[in-house]
Amino acid sequence: MSTTDPRTPRTSEAPAPGPELRARDLHLAYDGRPVVENLNLTVPTGRITAIVGANACGKSTLLRALARLLAPRQGVVELDGVALRSVPTRELARKLGILPQTPVAPEGLTVLDLVGRGRSPHQTWWRQWSAADEEAVHAALEATSLTDLAERPVDELSGGQRQRAWIAMAVAQGTPILLLDEPTTYLDLAHQIDVLDLITDLNRREGRTIVMVLHDLNQACRYADHVIAMKAGRIVAEGAPADVVTEATVEDVFDLRCRITPDPVSGTPLVIPLGRHHHDGTSPAGQPGVSEKV
Amino acid sequence: MPSPVVAPPRAALGNRPFRLAVPPVSGVLRPRLLLTGVGVALGAFLLFCWGLTIGDYPVAFTDVIRALWGSGDAGTVIVVQDLRLPRALVGLLVGVAFGVSGAVFQTMTRNPLASPDMIGLTEGAGTAVVAAVVLGWTGGLGLSTLGLLGALATALLVYALAWKGGATGYRIILVGIGVSWICSSATNFLVARGNRFEAEAALGWLVGNLNGRTWNQVDSLAIALAVLLPITLGMGRWMRTLMLGDDVAAGLGTPVQPVRLALLLAGVGLVAFGTAAAGPVAFVALACPQIAQRLAGTSSPPPLVSGLTGALVVLGSDLLAREAIPGTELPVGIVTGALGAPVLLWLLIRANRAGSGG
Repeated sequence: MSTTDPRTPRTSEAPAPGPELRARDLHLAYDGRPVVENLNLTVPTGRITAIVGANACGKSTLLRALARLLAPRQGVVELDGVALRSVPTRELARKLGILPQTPVAPEGLTVLDLVGRGRSPHQTWWRQWSAADEEAVHAALEATSLTDLAERPVDELSGGQRQRAWIAMAVAQGTPILLLDEPTTYLDLAHQIDVLDLITDLNRREGRTIVMVLHDLNQACRYADHVIAMKAGRIVAEGAPADVVTEATVEDVFDLRCRITPDPVSGTPLVIPLGRHHHDGTSPAGQPGVSEKV
Repeated sequence: MPSPVVAPPRAALGNRPFRLAVPPVSGVLRPRLLLTGVGVALGAFLLFCWGLTIGDYPVAFTDVIRALWGSGDAGTVIVVQDLRLPRALVGLLVGVAFGVSGAVFQTMTRNPLASPDMIGLTEGAGTAVVAAVVLGWTGGLGLSTLGLLGALATALLVYALAWKGGATGYRIILVGIGVSWICSSATNFLVARGNRFEAEAALGWLVGNLNGRTWNQVDSLAIALAVLLPITLGMGRWMRTLMLGDDVAAGLGTPVQPVRLALLLAGVGLVAFGTAAAGPVAFVALACPQIAQRLAGTSSPPPLVSGLTGALVVLGSDLLAREAIPGTELPVGIVTGALGAPVLLWLLIRANRAGSGG
């Protein structure tokens, strides 16, 4: 249970470093078809990491392996230097939470009930609902602004509220590491920002390590401290958004030519795709309101 | 995010759960679930006693209750305890076994149609027992054991055929219905082949019957329940996470595959022992968990209350079966079948409309 690991000197600022998640020589396959090959990765502790890449590049597969939902064919995922497969199930669930893509709640299940189930790794048959459980659930409901909706069935909520309810469940689980598979899928833009802001809160206020698969490059740049770009089961580039999201990398990873300009609000890279109908020739200065002087 | 709202008053009475704690022990009290459980249990007990009053030698209700504890006149005690109690107990236990098993299957597959009587388990147990009766090779095994083997074999077959990188609810149901038809054809073939006496015995058993039950059936069923019921109820916490999907459950620390296997075996065992004791009492495993869920206002069938509802329904149906037509005693399975078919139709219509069949 010791979380003090002498071999993690790289966390320079984080005051209370959580457990470190690392993948070594990872080979992953589905039905014998290799998806990820020879991948090495150290998740920055206490930071937000976004995994980006084209469809079927293996980013969700990687996330599943990081959460032990998929056993590696070769190589190892380690939590604080211990192979994930030898971490007891309950202990793992207290350190690492995962929210799969578009989970479905049973009909009629209330928000309170769903969020309460996030506490199951902390419960035993004699301690089914401790004061700590209650506190964690209420804190999670409050953090996600769902307190007023606690007794509503999840299936009656809007898409954004529903996603917040699932995130609240993961928050109540209270893990220092949280993995999210496309948490903004099927949400409208306002709700996407809502969810990403919430995830940022979890990181900034509570120091949780976040790893999420994101589709939107601009959102990844704006919300992540660390971006991992994947292509065909390999990491093409990783690092700070400004270093990773370049015109060359985007063309390589997504097979898409683009211009990159600073996001007028956050200053992070903003990807302007070119496409077939908006060819070269147009200078970046042609974009109104977005120019180098920001 | 918008600013946090002030926490509302906690634990308002009603359907809202609240916390009970005597540290280090703590739990959740759900008033409506508790009330439903107590109410259904009381109802089942009343029907149980009522059933004991019926017979060639009428016994008053109060005398039945006294005779249950061994007091009252010796004749009444013998009639109640030796002659009538086995039937009532088998009815009670079969109801519990089917109700709990149905709740387990419906929860595991997240589908109300995936009950053991829909996916061929009771049919499979029936085929094994009828084969043994008609062909005469019981191999020294009791009917309970044969029923258990039949149900287990059917469960394995359904699971294997439905497996395609994980067996999902819908595939289990479709494959199960197919397997169920194969089993019932086999059963019909065996009955047709058997001589008249055997065929009649088999048919009487096949509709689900509490008539002529003895302490033998009570014993094996009671032992099975004493083992399987605590195991099943003990896994309730994991059933609640499994309902959220395999990945979420695994992320919440549920040992998904072992739990699923254990639940499957427990559910199959309950159904098999129940079927061996009373035949495939139709629709109990399908309908009772759904009734219990609606009474208790929960989002999934509550296992224990489903079992109690099963007991209530089987005992009530048996009463109806014996009293509805004067002078004739119908098998209980005919009554549960007649009552359960509309429930099945309602579930089908509802599943179609909500698009939540899988």
